[in-house]
Amino acid sequence: MNFDDLIQGFPDLTTTGLAQGSIYALVALGYTLVYGVLRLINFAHSEVFMFGTFAALWTWGLMGYDSNSARPDLGTALLLVLVSLVVASLFSGGVAMVVEAVAYRPLRKRNAPPLVFLISAIGASFVLAELMGAFTERRQQGIPGLLPGEPLFSAGGWTVYPLQLATVVVALAVMFALDWFVSKTRFGRGIRAVAQDADTAALMGVNKGRVIALVFLLGGLLAGVAAVFYSMKQGNTRFNVGFLMGLKAFSAAVLGGIGNLRGALVGGLLLGLVESYGAALFGSNWTNVIAFVVLLVLLMFRPTGLLGESLGRARA
Amino acid sequence: MTTETVKKQRWKLNLRDRFQDMPKPARIAAMVVFVVLLYLLPTKAFYENLGFPIPMGSGYLPLYTTGSDMAGVLFQCGYYILLALGLNVVLGYAGLLDLGFFGFFAVGAYTVALLTSPESKLITEYNWLESPWPWLLTVPIAIALAMLSGVLLGWPTLRLRGDYLAIVTLGFAEIIRIVAKNQDWILNGDRGIPSVGHPPGTWPDGEPIFELEFTPYYWLVLTVIIGVIFLIRNLANSRVGRAWVAIREDEDAAELMGVPTFKFKLWAFAIGAAIGGLSGSLWAGQANFVNSATFSLENSILVLAAVLLGGAGSIGGAILGGFLVIYLPEWLRSVGDVFGWPTQVQVGNIHIDVSPTSLRFVIFGALLIVVMIYRPQGLWPNRRRAAELKDRQKEVAPVE
Repeated sequence: MNFDDLIQGFPDLTTTGLAQGSIYALVALGYTLVYGVLRLINFAHSEVFMFGTFAALWTWGLMGYDSNSARPDLGTALLLVLVSLVVASLFSGGVAMVVEAVAYRPLRKRNAPPLVFLISAIGASFVLAELMGAFTERRQQGIPGLLPGEPLFSAGGWTVYPLQLATVVVALAVMFALDWFVSKTRFGRGIRAVAQDADTAALMGVNKGRVIALVFLLGGLLAGVAAVFYSMKQGNTRFNVGFLMGLKAFSAAVLGGIGNLRGALVGGLLLGLVESYGAALFGSNWTNVIAFVVLLVLLMFRPTGLLGESLGRARA
Repeated sequence: MTTETVKKQRWKLNLRDRFQDMPKPARIAAMVVFVVLLYLLPTKAFYENLGFPIPMGSGYLPLYTTGSDMAGVLFQCGYYILLALGLNVVLGYAGLLDLGFFGFFAVGAYTVALLTSPESKLITEYNWLESPWPWLLTVPIAIALAMLSGVLLGWPTLRLRGDYLAIVTLGFAEIIRIVAKNQDWILNGDRGIPSVGHPPGTWPDGEPIFELEFTPYYWLVLTVIIGVIFLIRNLANSRVGRAWVAIREDEDAAELMGVPTFKFKLWAFAIGAAIGGLSGSLWAGQANFVNSATFSLENSILVLAAVLLGGAGSIGGAILGGFLVIYLPEWLRSVGDVFGWPTQVQVGNIHIDVSPTSLRFVIFGALLIVVMIYRPQGLWPNRRRAAELKDRQKEVAPVE
């Protein structure tokens, strides 16, 4: 227990926690969207995220930036980030839709029980991770530093880096856009209808198959955005990075109340903060254990998460 | 056409029924012969006399894993079969999805390692033990501790819904691994615990039976498996087993009918964990060295794949599955070695490792999807569970 570190580093820990938490929240939204509509833990979502990190890496590689390059100037860096955001989210979205079509749609047609879905999802996750593993020789791959490394500003004991600011701002922007999309647009109404009652929605003329594909696409897009920022923060990626991220993001989704979009945001940020403070308190080796203990304790006292489960029920 | 298919089915039925119709002594004799054959599996001569044509000079022997020690492969199959049998109780009988089953294996292995190794910190640093314990004495302790950890994990989590349970158990296995990796007080992190004790016993000439040779370990694990099969069969046919099936089919209805569901779910968890711990203690007795790297998540998934490929809820299925997930990649590798399957393929300047051991998770992953789509009841299904799945398919046709 190291309370001094916690108190002295409190502002910095908060910024790191929020930046990390926004990444969790973005991935958690993918879990929550799919769960809200299908009542299914999309186990393969973590690999969708992992493919996003590699898409970003390859994009930068094609544009001439690998882990040995010098930091580009700000304009180039922003361009690189922007391009990789587009490419990675499209790539992740595509992977997510392929997973849906191959591993879930045939099961839906057979009215399989939930357990069967979950196992098929585990299968899909293994295929994706191991294919990437075989393709990259299971090696860790370095990612270039893009955004400037010096602090954006620093006052007293509080420093903020450009990457942290960019992460939080972009994540929040994307989440507001999603919130607007789900609550205001026609497609969003379709999603909410299917989440409330899939069969009735289908009778009312909602194309259920298309709504489900759309939900997977949205989750994939968000995972791609998360993957870009995760790669820049981590400085490397590997075929198995998805697993831990998936576990954390799912925990975040459950913390906030799975199926609830705003819950995913709250859960993600909370998990990021708790981890950041916990790492200062107990040592960074224990970060993952802390995340799980928090999840376990919360589930015991509030099994539906902080904000409760709802996608269809007006709140989202 | 149609008569042919009917005939085929009748023949299949006959095989099963004919065995049941045999007089009891004949059935027992047949089982004994089968079991003796199982004990002969690690010997090379067995495969040479199987009667399959052997291509001359190729070094290939049908069914034999030329690439690695056959007895070693069979021992590994053995402890995976035990794990699959344990998970089968939890998942197949009670219908609880446990994704971190290997965590109990870790508990069993570490218990044995700590108590039997002369270099364990319990002896060298804390002086809790005077000298290392014999292996045999630590096995019951390993089982008891695994069972206890099952109860401790089950107590708070079994009240959760199925999919939350999956994540929490997954987290449990990860926590065990991280704790084992990070802390230095007892488990010694990545450096692990060396010189773990072996099972007792000596040959007539005074040489110890259980050393580095795999064959005796295979015989030991086979004997344990046979014992566990009897235990599980009796449990499944008892009041406890009926309660598990009731919980699996409809938990609320079972509760209303007076089945104490929470208690029986906890029992399923504890018994499954105990078998997992037993498997871990057998493995530790052979492995000689235990560290956290052994307990990665892939293993939990492999056990899960074994149970589901074989057929959840069926003992034969668990055995078949546990055997296949280990034996198949090893066998494919041996066959590949003999017939020149490339281990690497070069695309541009990227080398892709295409050996069966490297690609096995891709194959298992794909197999899981395919099996779930076309044969969700598994390869050797439990009749009742297959019927449950069939019923569901007939229910409401989903609207697309």
